[in-house]
Formats: sequence, C-alpha cells, structure tokens
Amino acid sequence: MDPECSRLLPALCAVLADPRQPVTDDTCLEKLLDWFKTVTETESSLLLLQENPCLVELLSQAFKFQDLSSRVVSFSLRLAGIFAAQENCFQYLQQEELMLRLFGEAGPLGLLTWNVPSVRSGWIQGLCSLAQHPSAEQFLVECGALDIIFALQGDSSLFVASAASQLLAQVLALSLQGQDTPQLNMLDDDWPLCARSIVGFLENSLQSGTTPQVTKALNVLTSTFGRCHQPWTQTLWMRLGTPVACLLEKEPVPAGHSLADLLLSMARSPVFGSSDCDLWVTLAQTLNRLSPTQAGPLALGILKLHICPQALKTQALGVLLQPLVCILEAATQPPGNLLCCPPGLLDGIERSPSISDTLLASTSSCISLLCQSLAHLGELQPLLGVARPGPWPQAALLQATVTALRFGNGSAVPVSNVGRHLCGVLAGCVRVQRAALDFLGVLSQGTGPRELVTQVFEVLLQYLSSPGSSPMVLKKAFQATVQWFLSTSKVSSFCEPDLYTQPFLRELFPVMQKRLCSPCWEVRDSSLEFLIQLTTRWGGHPGFQQALLASDVPELAEQLLQDPEGYVRASAVVAVGHLASRGLHATPSSPEHPGAQQRLLRELLHMLSVDTEGFPRRAVMQVFTQWLRDGHVAMAEDPEQFVASVFQVVSRDLDWEVRVQSLELAHVFLAQTLRPPDCPYAVTLPRVSEPVPLVEVLRTLGRAQVLDFALRALFDCDRPVAQKSCDFLLLLQARTTPDSGLQGSGCGPDATDVEAALQAWQAGEQGQPLGELVPEVAVAVLQALDLEGLRATLAESSDRVEQSPQSLLQDMLATVGTLSEPEADCY
Amino acid sequence: MLDCGLDMTSTLNFLPLPLVQSLRLSNLPGWSLKDGNAFLEKTELIDLSTVDVILISNYHCMMALPYITERTGFTGTVYATEPTVQIGRLLMEELVNFIERVPKAQSASLWKNKDIQRLLPSPLKDAVEVSTWRRCYTMQEVNSALSKIQLVGYSQKIELFGAVQVTPLSSGYALGSSNWIIQSHYEKVSYVSGSSLLTTHPQPMDQASLKNSDVLILTGLTQIPTANPDGMVGEFCSNLALTVRNGGNVLVPCYPSGVIYDLLECLYQYIDSAGLSSVPFYFISPVANSSLEFSQIFAEWLCHNKQTKVYLPEPPFPHAELIQTNKLKHYPSIHGDFSNDFRQPCVVFTGHPSLRFGDVVHFMELWGKSSLNTVIFTEPDFSYLEALAPYQPLAMKCIYCPIDTRLNFIQVSKLLKEVQPLHVVCPEQYTQPPPPQSHRTDLMIDCQPPAMSYHRAEVLALPFKRRYEKIEIMPELADSLVPMEIKPGISLATVSAVLHTKDNKHILQPPPRPTPPTSGKKRKRVSDDIPDCKVVKPLLSGSIPVEQFVQTLEKHGFSDIKVEDTAKGHIVLLQEAETLIQIEEDSTHIICDNDEMLRVRLRDLVLKFLQKF
Repeated sequence: MDPECSRLLPALCAVLADPRQPVTDDTCLEKLLDWFKTVTETESSLLLLQENPCLVELLSQAFKFQDLSSRVVSFSLRLAGIFAAQENCFQYLQQEELMLRLFGEAGPLGLLTWNVPSVRSGWIQGLCSLAQHPSAEQFLVECGALDIIFALQGDSSLFVASAASQLLAQVLALSLQGQDTPQLNMLDDDWPLCARSIVGFLENSLQSGTTPQVTKALNVLTSTFGRCHQPWTQTLWMRLGTPVACLLEKEPVPAGHSLADLLLSMARSPVFGSSDCDLWVTLAQTLNRLSPTQAGPLALGILKLHICPQALKTQALGVLLQPLVCILEAATQPPGNLLCCPPGLLDGIERSPSISDTLLASTSSCISLLCQSLAHLGELQPLLGVARPGPWPQAALLQATVTALRFGNGSAVPVSNVGRHLCGVLAGCVRVQRAALDFLGVLSQGTGPRELVTQVFEVLLQYLSSPGSSPMVLKKAFQATVQWFLSTSKVSSFCEPDLYTQPFLRELFPVMQKRLCSPCWEVRDSSLEFLIQLTTRWGGHPGFQQALLASDVPELAEQLLQDPEGYVRASAVVAVGHLASRGLHATPSSPEHPGAQQRLLRELLHMLSVDTEGFPRRAVMQVFTQWLRDGHVAMAEDPEQFVASVFQVVSRDLDWEVRVQSLELAHVFLAQTLRPPDCPYAVTLPRVSEPVPLVEVLRTLGRAQVLDFALRALFDCDRPVAQKSCDFLLLLQARTTPDSGLQGSGCGPDATDVEAALQAWQAGEQGQPLGELVPEVAVAVLQALDLEGLRATLAESSDRVEQSPQSLLQDMLATVGTLSEPEADCY
Repeated sequence: MLDCGLDMTSTLNFLPLPLVQSLRLSNLPGWSLKDGNAFLEKTELIDLSTVDVILISNYHCMMALPYITERTGFTGTVYATEPTVQIGRLLMEELVNFIERVPKAQSASLWKNKDIQRLLPSPLKDAVEVSTWRRCYTMQEVNSALSKIQLVGYSQKIELFGAVQVTPLSSGYALGSSNWIIQSHYEKVSYVSGSSLLTTHPQPMDQASLKNSDVLILTGLTQIPTANPDGMVGEFCSNLALTVRNGGNVLVPCYPSGVIYDLLECLYQYIDSAGLSSVPFYFISPVANSSLEFSQIFAEWLCHNKQTKVYLPEPPFPHAELIQTNKLKHYPSIHGDFSNDFRQPCVVFTGHPSLRFGDVVHFMELWGKSSLNTVIFTEPDFSYLEALAPYQPLAMKCIYCPIDTRLNFIQVSKLLKEVQPLHVVCPEQYTQPPPPQSHRTDLMIDCQPPAMSYHRAEVLALPFKRRYEKIEIMPELADSLVPMEIKPGISLATVSAVLHTKDNKHILQPPPRPTPPTSGKKRKRVSDDIPDCKVVKPLLSGSIPVEQFVQTLEKHGFSDIKVEDTAKGHIVLLQEAETLIQIEEDSTHIICDNDEMLRVRLRDLVLKFLQKF
C-alpha cells in the first residue's frame, strides 16, 4: 500500500467508526471497497491488517455502537469478507473472534440495523467474498450462518434475496468442490455437512409446491450449474432431478420460467451435454408441459445449444413455428397455389393444441405469443447450421410473415373461425406489425420463390403508403425494404435494382414524396434516412437514378434543409450531400453550369454558420469531408477556397463534434495538398505525382486558416478535439524534418512560451499571439511543441488524478471535515 | 326525441347548383328536371306534434329541426347547449344561403309520382319515399325553430314533467357536443351519440357520469372505422403540400365548423416546415367570419389546454394568428373582395361537402380541368365518388382523407368496459362488420351481453321494467312516525296519510285534522263534516306456529281439535264448537256460526301469536 494512503488510513477509520460523523456518500465507500479489493489481490491481507491496526479496530467497532450508520456497518461487513478471503487472514480475524461477532448468529441479527436491507446485503456480500476456502465452509456451519442464509432467500428486499441465492450456490460449490464423484452417492452421510444442509433445504423447497419457494430453489440450482462444470454437479442432479421432474406433473407447472432457465443452464454445461443422462428427456417433457409463452424462450435456448439431440431441436423449432402455422392456416390462399400447404414447415412435428388455445384465449396472449415467436425465430435465423435442426423453412416462414402483416393491416381474408378471431385481434396491432416487419427484414437473408418476393414488396408498399402506419411501423417498413432491396440485388448479376425492385421503385418514390411532406417529423426523418441508404447503395445505377429523378424526392429533400426539427435538418443535409455527390440534384446542372452545386454549397455553409443545433452542423461537416474526399465537383475547382470558407465558419463553433469533424476535414485536405489526387478522367496512365514542397503546403494551410484552427484546438477543453488536433499536427511535424528543405528561423521560440500562447489563444485571446503563421514560424512552432508528450498525456483518462486512492481518502476526510464544522444556524 | 339530423345524401341525386351559369351542366342530356333543394325523409311512424321534448347532441344532429318545429305542429321544448345552437345556426344559415342565392327558374314534382319514378334511371328510381322529400327551409323557419330551444350547460339537471331528469355531458366530439343521461330515481338510460376520446379542441368526454346505466344507447360512431384520424391529417397535409409545391391549387370541401378548426391548427404548425408560408389559405362561407370568431369565445367548452390560453390571455385557436398574419383570409362568398385578393396557387376551404351547392361548385368547375389541382375530401358524410359524379370527366387529383374523430370500435369496447352498462342498444349496422369488409370482425361492437340492435322504424322495448317510485313524506308526518324494529336493521311504522300526486311527484301529506266544532254557532249537518278518522287497527305480522296454537287452544278449554294440512297452510277444526280456523300464509279466517263471543275469543288467541304495530 502506498505510504501516503497508510498515513491517511487511521484518520479515515476513526471518522468511519465515529457515529457522530455520518458518511453521506455511498459511492465513496464503494470506491474504497474497490480499492481494498485491488490491494488484496496483490498484497497479503494479513500483512495489511498487521501494518494497519486501525482497520481491525474499525471492524471491531462495527456492532459496538447501536447508532453507527447502516452504511458503515454494511461497509465493515463487506470489508471483513474481502480480508478473510485469504485463509491466514481469516484465521487471524478468528483469533480475535471478530468473524463470529460479525457473521455469527449472535452477531448482527439482534441489532436494529439488521432491519436495513443494505446491512443484510453487506452481510451476504461479506460471506460471498469469504467463502473461498475450507476454513470458511467450516465456519459457516459452526456459526449458524447457513440458517440465516436460508431465511434470507425469502427476504422482503429482492436484492437481498437474489444475493442470498447466489451465496447459497457459491457455498454449495465450495462444499462439494474437489469431492470425488464416485465417493458421492445418494446417501446423506457421504455428503459434507454444509452441502447436506443446503441440498436438504433445496429438496424441501422443491417439494413445498409453493411457487415462490420452488422458484428460489430453482434459481440456486441454476446459478450452481451455470458456474460449476465439475463432475459432482451430475451427482447433485441425480439427487435433485426427481423432485424437479415432479414439478412437471403439476398443473400448471410452477415457476415455469425458472425451470426453463435451470434446464438450459444444465444443458450448456459440458458435464450434462456430453453424457447420456435423462436431461434431454426432461427438456422434451418440459417443452410439452409449459405454456406456449413459457416454452418459447426454452425452445430458443435449446436451438442455440451446440450439443443437443436432433429430435429435441426439431421439437423446439416446432414450438416456435406453430403460431405462424396457425396464422398461415387462418388466411385464404388462392386455390391451386402450391404455397397453400407449405412443405416442410411442420414435417414430423407434433401439433400442440395449446398453441391455438393461447392464440384464441385473449387479445394480449395472442399478441404476446405471436410477437415472441417472431422475435425468437428472428434471433435464430443468423445462427446458420448451429441451431437449425433441418432445412430452414424459408418459403413457408416468408408466407406466414406476409400473412401476419396482412392480418395486421386488415387486408388478409380469413377462412376459418380462428382466422376471423385473429383478424379481429391483429388488425391495426402495432406490436405485431413491428415484430413481423423486423422478422421480414431478417428473412431477407434468404431467398424465396418469385411470387413470394413479389408479395413481400407488395405488402411493404402497403405499409409504406398506408396513412394508418404509425411512425415506428413505418421506420421498420423502411428498414425491411432496404434489406429486401439488398437481398434481391445480391441475386441479380449487375448489382442493379432488379426485376422485383424496378417496378417497386416506380411506386415507391410517389409514396416517399408524401412521406417527406408528413407533418410528423419522425416520419420525415426516417424517410430521409431511407433515402440515404438507397442512394448510398444504388445511387450510381441508371434505373434508380431514372426513377428518382422522375419524382420530386430530391427537391423535397433539399427543402427539408429548412425543416424546423434539427434531426430532420441533419438527415436532410446527409441525404442532399449524398444525392449531390452522385449528381442527383433537384435541378440538374451540367458540368458547364454548376450553379446548383454552388448554390447547395452556399446553403450548407450558411447552415454551418447559423444553425442553432449541433446535429445539422455535424452533418454538414460530414458531408463536406466526404465531398472533399470524393473530389466533388462543387469544390474541385478550388479546394483551398472551399476549405478556407469552412474554417472561417467553424473556427468558433461550440460543438466539439463539429470541431473534431473539422480536423478530419483538415486531415483530408492535408493529405490532398501533400499529394494532389490524380485526375480520374485523365487519358494518360496514372502516375505517381511529385510531392508538393512543404513550404507550399504550409502556406496553403495558413491561407486556409487550417493551421490556426489546429493549433488553437491543441488545448481544447474537449479531449477528443485536442487528440485529433495533436494527430494532425504530428503528421505535419513529421514532414518538417531537417531534410524537408525548410528550417526554423534559427532561434526558434521556447516551448513553454508557445504552449502558453496557444492556451491563451484557446481561452479566447484575440489576434494571433504567435504572429503571422508564415511557413518559417509554423515550422518553428511545430518543432517547439512536445506533441508526442502531449499525445501521451491526452491518451490517459482525464480523471486519472481524481481517481487515485490517495485522492479518494483525502476527499472523504475533507468531506467529513466540512460536515463536522460548528453547526452554526445560518439564520 | 333524441336528435333530429338531416340525411342529406339524397342531394347527391341532384345536379349541382352553380353560382355562375354552367354551360356544361345545363347542356347535360336527358333528365334535366331539377327539383333542387329537397331533402327531408320522414317516417309516418309517429305524429311529431305529440313530441314533448327534443334533446340535441351536437350541431350536426339538429339540421332537421325547422322541419319538425315549424311544419308538424310541434309544441314541445328543445334542449341543447349554447355552442350547439350557435354553430347549428351557422350551419343552417349557410345551407339556406347556399340554396336561396341561386333561385330556381322552375321546379318539378311530378316525377315523384311512383309510376314516373320507377322509369327514372338508377339510383333515383330506387330512392325510398321520395314523396316526403321537402324543399329547404327558410331563414325565418330557422329563427323560429331556434327560438324554441332552451339552452343548457354540461351536468345541468333538467326535470322533465317530474317523470325523468335529463343531463347533458360533454361528449368530446365538437364544441358543445353532448351525451345525455335520462334518469328516474331508480333507472338510468344514457344516450351516447357522436363522442370522441381523441384530444382535439372540445372539452374531453365525460365517461365517469355514464357509469351505472341500465341501458346505454350508442350511436354516432365513426363512419370510417379503418381511417385513423392522425394518419388522415398526415395524408391531408402531405397531399396539400405536394400539390401547392407543383403550382396547383387545393380545394377542401368542408363544413364551416368542426374539423376545420383542427385542420387550421395543424396547418398552422405545418406550413413553415413544408415551406408553404407564402401560400394563401382562403375560407369561403357566408358564415366564415362568425364561425372563426365564435370558436374563440366559447372558452368554457374547450379542452383544458385551450382554456388555459384564455387566461394568458391568448386566443385559444391559432387561426387568429393566421388571420392576423394574412395567411388565412375569409370571405362570405367568391363575389366581392375575394376576386380582388385571389392569388394562385392557393388552398380553399369551402362548402358544401356534397359538392351540390355552395361556392365549392364554382371551384370544381374552375379547377377540375387541370391535373395540377387537387380536391381533398375530409368530411366523411358523403361518398366522394358520388359527389364527384356530375363533374366527370375530371383531370384534377382527388384525395379522400376522411377525418372522423368519433369513437371507433376499439374505443367503444374500452368505453363499455369502463362504463359497464347493463345493456347496450345500437343500430344494427354496428353489430356486424361493414359489408365490403365482412372479414373485419374488429369493426363491430363486441360486448357482453351482446348489444340489442334496432333497424329503421323498429319499435324496441328497452330491457328494463319500472318497479319502484319514490314517494316523499312531509316532515311533520315523518315526525309522527314511530318505527318498530321487527328484524335487526329493519324497522316499520304504519302511516296514515293523503297521497298527493302531481307532475309525476308523489308526496305523503298528513291527513287533514277534523276542524274543532265552532262553539256558539249552529252545528253543521253531519254529512258536511269531514269524517272522523276511525281508530286505526294495528297491523299484524308474524306467523302462527300450528302446534303451539293447538296447545294454547287446549289450555283454554277447547278439545277435540283436529288439524288438517292444506296446500296453502292448515285448517284447525274445533269439532265440538263447530268452528273452523283457516291459517294461511297471509290470512287467517275464523269461521263460526254466529257466535261472536267465540269468534272474539279465538281471535284474541290468534293475535297472541302475532306482532302488532
């Protein structure tokens, strides 16, 4: 331990143990515990206590004063646990009988503070830290702590009850750790005393028949099997498997979710996964017995297992598929349609009547089951091969999802009573619409028969154009549309909007026009985002361009630059930027008349200088950077002029992200100035262009105000800005080597002077404190600065000083100091 | 009578009444006979002159009032809230104005003859009861009808002939729109018509007061259950913006009050974001000015947000600002100032939504030929395709965005769950899915027990019986009562009084006291005297245990007693005395031969077993 900390510790311990000086800040105590934990990881706890007797003193005070704050009591219990985790230290504390006083039956239980949940929680956490060695196990049995832990399972505080359950699992593992499996059999006498008590408690709980108790026992077992993968867990299951299996005979099955969690946690354990134990049978039974909404998560868990019998996976998939089968069967199919009875959807799977019962039971159960099923299948789709018990019934799932969406917008025609019921429940249900659209997007990873893909685009268009679609549903519909666009273009050979999407596009843009004029800003925003995605991927393709330019969409997007909502303006900036880089302007301009591009450039610059919100300004900077990178025609003629006008505007921007983005722009500009890009349309073969002399580069950067900006940003109060600037200047500094042909003016400025000047400049000093940044001055400044050192400092987190243990101890003492000032009446 | 709306769909059978002579319309071939302005359909089911009271729920539901109050001999009272009357007056005034300003040179009525009617083209030949179609009423009739209305406020209790009490409650649909509670002391009927749970300009719907209804009569649900008003407003704005951006004009056929306030408010927020700040909005109606101004003065009838604005003070509706900034201009008609100010592209709000009369006819003729223009239908009352029929072929775009804020079926089911009436009564159309979407089982009323439905001209007995009446006791009479507890918690007292019944109120008054004989004056004849109150015999209660009774008889020396069981009780036979005592649940008879002494003895023995009070 740091000697300075050792020096501060006695005072702090005295303060903590003094009931008259209450500690008001919990977080300090938490930080203190973290620090002790770190210290004990590397140092001997025993030594620590011996060198700092004040700590033992603090622990012994914990229950001495009735009026000691519950925070300090809880802290002391946890601290004792941390120290006692090392066996020799535990024995040292035992000698003082401190452990018994802190954790024994006669210890805290009778005190008033025991009623405070944080004290009980501290007691449990202390024991959790302690339960690491055999002496601890023995201690727990002898001091009667086990009974308290059993009682705390049903504590009124959920945090305490949950921690108690974790502790029980940990103690059980400690007790059975290292036990040789063959030595363990079903007889009680062979089990260690501690394990015997816990198992007995679990058995009783499982047989109690009351759901809360069963849940607690199952949770303990789940934690146990989740953390321990040793052979003894198998023996434990041999003993407790029967009462668990008995739960399945009850109607309804108590604590279904916890039971599913337990079985899954076991199935993930290599101990059970590889053996031929009856776990798989129990899992199969459980799938059958649980209610459909409880069976869903279990089925998903089973399907995600790496090792699992094929038949069980098939059964689990059936559970997830059945609600969709019901949907499919409930809707009319045109006669003769082969998709009517989708092949392979439920081949070899037993139909469960409880699924359709649940769908019909109530509106909420129907919606929950369907949404759950869609979400689970969506999670499953990407797990190629691992989870799939057989071929993925892509076509049938696609058909079912399209049908669910049609039920959702009221366009599906039901053919059965179930269908009529579903129609009544699902029509207009936003939850189902969202879940189905999400899943439809996921299904775009696969393909489908042509008729089905056409239906997918049809239903998507219905949702996109329906005035009844809520903004959230619309956003999902946009996402699914992009995914299906991607999927179908993968299939077509030229990466061009294909035969599905081309007719769709013609209908899509009129819908987009309407959506871009929506009075709801969320709709305008998601429509613009959709436009951005489309343009990014297909902006260069003639079919897309033709459909886009035939509509008013580019014009409307440009108009949204004036939107009253900041988010919409930001999206509009990006969209218009993307369209402009591909020449898809609202008013097309030829290379001879680049008027539209110049006008747009001026408009964006204006936004950058006057927009009151950060998002649109950040978006403008992104677009500008992209334009510069791409050599966009609007600034291709005179990039320097362009960059100069940008930096003139952003030099005083208050948004740190705008400043970071400006430095990114500077970066791109520097790279291009150092080595101008080859003309992509040059007739001659590309050749490596000559590097531009540094003096010229520096002059250009100076004229464009880039240097000013970067140097001032070096001491920006926002770290990312300073870091970015540092990187930029380092790049430049590397070029100013002696052989770069440019020397400083001989007697260069002093480093500290430069830094002071820059900081003053950053702080708002007018003028240029470094004088005019002619290349010679710039080189001298760059050489004077310790940029590497600055970068290292910036790389460290800004609160490194404040987070040191020493500072923590000082802070705590200082707080107490101020609190203990004479309590003068302010009035 | 609950409401008296006017079914104006019959106007769709007629040609539009143009403000300017339309060559196209007048040159249409065939059935050029125009009977113009005749709408009322009525039934002979009841004699309307016998109606005592009419309760009006909102201004759309009173358009037939002049026909009833002025042409049927009606002598009753009409109850409505103040905004309903004022805005109802505007709607009627507009209607009369629209019709009267284009007088007909000729009119025809022979075609109403059934023999001729059946020769007419469809749908006219299928129209029912055309003989009852009437000319539009006059402003004089409107004024006279409105003068018969008594104004009421929300939650005000109005006694109707002492028989029932009626109370209007806010229905949330329009300014001053009401649901009505009709209740007696023991029964409660709620009439829910044209209600809305959406947050628009009117005061929110009062649901709590509808609880504990025996019967809830439910009508006036949304006409377009599949159209969500929010989505439709979005659609309206988008189409409006797109049209104007492309240099086209937008025509919105609408009523002069109601949804237009919400649309203007929505546009107020929207026009800047859509870059429409420079586009003029025109509101043309003979009552445009009054409608916009009236809306601002009914603060107490508005939703909470708008009410609080009044105290700032600010106008509750933002259309005031639109008018101030010259973005919204209103005119009584297209003549006069409007033609000087008219500037295109523009947005015009004008009536009538049927497109058969009013200034809208002119704009349809003017703008119909250009595909740049758009007509946006927002009122759900008329089929837009039928409304457009006389204007075909039409190049202008037609958008149907019906905005109906009244209850949809999901809201109805929530409302019924909340209010829990014992019975629901509604038109039969609401109990089945709409015919074009027969699979949409979500588009019907679903409640338990199933709603009782009725169809046109059906007489329906409401499912409750009146079993109790409330009778008041005068305080002095109540003072004289001495209740006796006959069971724990139940006390009885006999009362002798005069039941005074007037205006369906029943009052027990103390019986008149005999006037004391006036001393020194000649005694009146006996027959003039108020008869003396006879000594009141006590009332008896309880039952006679036969075995104990027999034992008592024996104690008192009767012998040879036989007891026979009968269907209703017992017969105790005193053979020796040749006497019979019939004991039944609610009567006891002692039958003995002229032996009054014996009868009295036996009677006293019977009375020993009964309580007297």
